[in-house]
Amino acid sequence: MDFSFTEEQKKFKQEVRDFLEDEVKRGLWKPSCDAWIQSYDPEFTKRVAAKGWIGLTWPREYGGQGLGFVERVILTEEMLRYGAPAACHWFSDRQIGGAVLEYGSEEQKKDLLPKIIKGELYCGLGMSETEAGSDLASLKTRAAEDGDDYIFNGQKTWTSGGSFINYVYVLARTDPEVVKHKGISEFIIPLDLSGISRIPMVDITGTEAWNDVFFDNVRVPKKYMIGEKNKGFYHVMAELAFERSGMERLMGNYPLFDALIKFVMETRDGGKFLAQSDVIRQKLAQLQVEFEIGRLFMYRVAVVMEAGKAPTVEAAMSKAYATAFEQRVANFAMEILGPYGLLWMDSKYAKIGGLAAHSYLGSKGYSLQAGASEILKNIIAQRGLGLPA
Amino acid sequence: MNLSLTEEQEILRQSARDFLEEKCPKSFVKEMEQDEKKYSPELWKEMADLGWVGLAFPEKYGGSDMNFLDLAVLLEEMGRACLPSPFVASVVLGGLPILDAGSEEQKAKYLPEIASGKAIFSMALIEPELGYEATAIKAEAKAEGDSFVINGTKLFVPYGNVADYLLVVARTSKNAEGVTVFIVDAKSPGIKVTLLSTMAHENLCEVVFENVKVSGNNVLGGVDQGWPVIQKALERNDAARCCEVAGNFGWVMEDTIAYVLDRKQFGRPIGSFQVLQHYCADMSTYLEGTRLAAHQAAWAVSEGLPSTREVAVAKAWINQVSATFFNLAHQMHGAMGVALEHDLHFYTTRAKAVELGYGEGNYYREVVAKDMGLA
Repeated sequence: MDFSFTEEQKKFKQEVRDFLEDEVKRGLWKPSCDAWIQSYDPEFTKRVAAKGWIGLTWPREYGGQGLGFVERVILTEEMLRYGAPAACHWFSDRQIGGAVLEYGSEEQKKDLLPKIIKGELYCGLGMSETEAGSDLASLKTRAAEDGDDYIFNGQKTWTSGGSFINYVYVLARTDPEVVKHKGISEFIIPLDLSGISRIPMVDITGTEAWNDVFFDNVRVPKKYMIGEKNKGFYHVMAELAFERSGMERLMGNYPLFDALIKFVMETRDGGKFLAQSDVIRQKLAQLQVEFEIGRLFMYRVAVVMEAGKAPTVEAAMSKAYATAFEQRVANFAMEILGPYGLLWMDSKYAKIGGLAAHSYLGSKGYSLQAGASEILKNIIAQRGLGLPA
Repeated sequence: MNLSLTEEQEILRQSARDFLEEKCPKSFVKEMEQDEKKYSPELWKEMADLGWVGLAFPEKYGGSDMNFLDLAVLLEEMGRACLPSPFVASVVLGGLPILDAGSEEQKAKYLPEIASGKAIFSMALIEPELGYEATAIKAEAKAEGDSFVINGTKLFVPYGNVADYLLVVARTSKNAEGVTVFIVDAKSPGIKVTLLSTMAHENLCEVVFENVKVSGNNVLGGVDQGWPVIQKALERNDAARCCEVAGNFGWVMEDTIAYVLDRKQFGRPIGSFQVLQHYCADMSTYLEGTRLAAHQAAWAVSEGLPSTREVAVAKAWINQVSATFFNLAHQMHGAMGVALEHDLHFYTTRAKAVELGYGEGNYYREVVAKDMGLA
């Protein structure tokens, strides 16, 4: 048992920190909450790509670095600590590349992976539909075989990637005659195919980070299908473990947590600093304890992945736990700030950058996307503990 | 980063589990609850013969030179079995501080006795007014020539009524940290030990010292230099107890799953109901968090790294989640869970005893707050 990083890993962590520190110093962007999913900055993504930090775990033959999942968590942990605007490449790096590596053809690997690694392929995730959320297998978007193509019709919702996406990952029904989860296939398709349209969705924070994506008789060449036909649902179950696995579930609002700790140390209430209040000390220490447990969960997922196993149960547990933690952080920040917590970041009276209002609202979405906490607990109970489905 | 046990540790775990399943069934745990000693000297001897008691001590003192992580493996199995034994008291609170701070003469004299299980050691630290800082030590040791005379009352002394020696913490100066640790023969005149009656049937004693004379040779780690010895001992004790809790939780989890699969209501196993499945998922999350935190704490101790933060995180976490963990376990066991004929109560009470020993949740959260720099 060893909970420490190797010397190389420590060096790598420092290198990532130095890079991000320098970016912040140069004023290239401002740290923010949920930046991994909401802050799109293609230039930042290209600078990260130039460091070789996209596709870190992928084989060298496809342009990756061949490093481990622990290294990837080290990288993402620092990105999140600094609230870096990594949304353009986050999804492709986290799960699209992995899906291509696992299920894609050699041709697809050679086509798609270098584009992701160079920071040029921004892929949204087209899974949910208006009638298919937690019950993903009931999705209706139809991909009907027609010669060398599939004809797509239907609608995806909550497709991530904002207005920056140039590719979209789509789960579509390729066989409507069989049991619902046995007729689904995976596609990664360029967004510029004729017949695809996109309407931005505005979420409770006012952010346009998601889309409704419509497919109206879109002719999709077969080469865009990833993996075997009608096996998509089985693939996606494994990919979702990757989607759930990451440090972003715990550290999406780390900039708020960090700023809150500084705030209570610098702010007086009467003669005393807020940090001298026993109630505040106790509560913040409790959150810190919960954070450190969450961090152990996240690294455990990476260690499981490193061993070549799908972290199905571990990732379900870490995500359900961590998104609830983020909600507690945001709520406690609001409690500390009182009515100041209501102010958006553009108000001259906003405290700690207006991060609290954004995170308080934003954190409500994270216990839903990529598996609602209830679904995740089903996974823990049924696949982890062997209770009947 | 590696979260697995070594092959040797896996073997140790399995052999410990097999041994304890045979030697420490719940009928034995129950029997010991009524026993004045609260442990079986015969079983203790068997454990010593297996090398468990000496495991963490160097070979030259009769130990087998293994590390704290190896010890953690054993502790987890002991927690899982609800084993009543003076293991933690004698090895962790008694022996390891002597290894840390003892003179060569003290180590040569006492450690082989501890490692072989021949002598039982414990620590007399806590006093009736509670408090886990040096300032809480009011028992006094006055110098008289080459000796000291100890007066005071110590509470919650584990295995105090069977200990051969006690590490007694007493005040030797008015400075906040002016306390000294003495290695005291428990049979010395003036020592009166009374077993306390507790919820978990732990062996916890009141030990009253009335003009107890101790030779200056029995000072451990220097006069007025006792507090750092105690801090280190407590940190290690906490890490050890967290590992025991991890084992305790592990048994409760398995037992609860077995129960909800077996118990039928409305014509189906109650474990098929989603509400109960989610309770189980929550318990599993608390358990896994506890395991990771306890292992991290034990690892930091084992490596000799600064471990204050890791230990406090583990203990604060356990104290935070334990009540909910057991409430859920009991809720799912229905009324059977509160019946003495079911085994769950052994775990409910012992987990609570560990939680409340040497610092409640608030105490450990304050340690974390300080370490975070919250001024």
